[in-house]
Amino acid sequence: MSQIPPQVETLIDLMARLPGLGPRSARRVVLTLIQKRGKLMVPLAEAMAAVAREARECVQCGNIATATLCPICQSEKRATGQLCVVEDVADLWAMERGRAFSGRYHVLGGTLSALDSIGPEELGIPRLAERVRAEGITEVILALAATVDGQTTAHYIADALEGSGASVTSLAQGVPVGGELDYLDDGTITAALKARKAL
Amino acid sequence: MSGPPASGPGLSRLAVTSLALAQVRSHRKLSLEFDGRPVAIYGPNGAGKTNLLEAVSLLSPGRGLRRAAPEEIGRRAAGVGWRVVAEIDSLGHAHEVETGAEPGSPRTVRIDGKAAPQVALGRLARVVWLVPAMDRLWTEAAEGRRRFLDRMTMSFEPGHGDAVLAYEKAMRERNRLLKDEVRDPAWYGALEGRMAEAGARIAAHRAAALARVAAAQAGAATTFPAADLALTGPEGAEPAATESGLAEALAAGRVRDMAAGRTLAGPHRADLTAVYAAKGVPAAQCSTGEQKALLLSLVLANARALAQDFGAPPLLLLDEVAAHLDAGRRAALYDEVCALGAQAWLTGTGRELFAGLEGRAQFLSVTEAGGDSAVKEEA
Repeated sequence: MSQIPPQVETLIDLMARLPGLGPRSARRVVLTLIQKRGKLMVPLAEAMAAVAREARECVQCGNIATATLCPICQSEKRATGQLCVVEDVADLWAMERGRAFSGRYHVLGGTLSALDSIGPEELGIPRLAERVRAEGITEVILALAATVDGQTTAHYIADALEGSGASVTSLAQGVPVGGELDYLDDGTITAALKARKAL
Repeated sequence: MSGPPASGPGLSRLAVTSLALAQVRSHRKLSLEFDGRPVAIYGPNGAGKTNLLEAVSLLSPGRGLRRAAPEEIGRRAAGVGWRVVAEIDSLGHAHEVETGAEPGSPRTVRIDGKAAPQVALGRLARVVWLVPAMDRLWTEAAEGRRRFLDRMTMSFEPGHGDAVLAYEKAMRERNRLLKDEVRDPAWYGALEGRMAEAGARIAAHRAAALARVAAAQAGAATTFPAADLALTGPEGAEPAATESGLAEALAAGRVRDMAAGRTLAGPHRADLTAVYAAKGVPAAQCSTGEQKALLLSLVLANARALAQDFGAPPLLLLDEVAAHLDAGRRAALYDEVCALGAQAWLTGTGRELFAGLEGRAQFLSVTEAGGDSAVKEEA
């Protein structure tokens, strides 16, 4: 018979479902929370309750927001005419961490996958095309993964936006900052060579 | 074990200098050291000889010589995962390679203590093998020959595996669209673009590998017969090899492919043909012994070409290779392996099969009792 109280067992089971956590790490997390009840567990529970109550999807871009529109879509400063298309919110946050992009976003929520029954409708690609036309977007930047699914989606979107008046670009692929050529695979080197630029 | 290195200066050597196995098939726990000479492994059927070769084959990217999933490699009774740890002398540099899998998890690789992708193994070691399952290579379906060609290609170009994976992923997606009778030209076009891109890389890698093997066969001092190799498409047609050619062929074949429910053009439909050069006879029509000799000839040519390309001959895994060879050809094989300076790993049912290697190789005897293999170093 398990020596763990059922409420704690339930919490461990729920924790173990989170990305990056397994049963063993979930047990360690829960033990830490119980040991730091006042400093960690109660504030965490309150924060989670607040997010569960208030977080929602921005109706315009798909970002996480606490209002109908996220702060980026609300900000007039971000209406630069550039729209960056990302796969999910984590990618949007990664772009924001870089502080190199000052336009707005569009979160697809996945990539095209016939095997997983995710088609253009499920990703809202027709809605993206409408948005590009309605907002007078001049450049759509496709910031999608350099995987087969990511690149298939990028090419599909480029095709769908043909004739929209917006130029379609994608992030460069090639040598990472601080990377050494000798350690790169041939596909990356080929991509880097294709994307070379004049100095 | 000790003894003189077989291939002279370490700078041009590729050799496993130590091998430790934990819960790998019939080997519960094993630790061996090697000096770089060929390794002759003998013992009765089912003793666990091929399991040793499989462990060495896992020092290259992929699923090893049995094409086994990670969960199949661990000892069935134990169910605790498995591990292969090897020290490799690669072109004068010593590296520790560790690979294994926990139950239900994919295979992981660590090189010199750091996690690494499987493809990184190709930078340290090249492994080429010949197993009895390949005896019918020239008479069976084209899939086996494509696999043989792709493995040979990957020994020259480790990145070839990535191109094959990318191509197959896009093709599976396209095949699903075809089966579901989806009629979205843009979706097909996007997938065909990925297939054409990866397919062109596959075609270029394969052509380069065939050219390297052909060059290594030309004028080589060998007793094994040379094979003229060629790559053909379905029904003997010339396969499209350029990115634009492939994209056009795929787009033009959509209606036909939808009727078939799968993709009927592309590098996944290519076939490798071989002709016994001296006789002008297709390999499929040669005798069993001649077919085996042709395969050995190609594997040796692959090894000679790699010796130039990589800087050292590959690890050669020759499982039950003596089975179809007469005493003269066996002796010739051993002489060629030693002259090449390759650390070859050979298996056979008795030590007498390796008489030609006495004094030039390390010998291991393998026995089995109660499902556990025991390996003994022999003088």
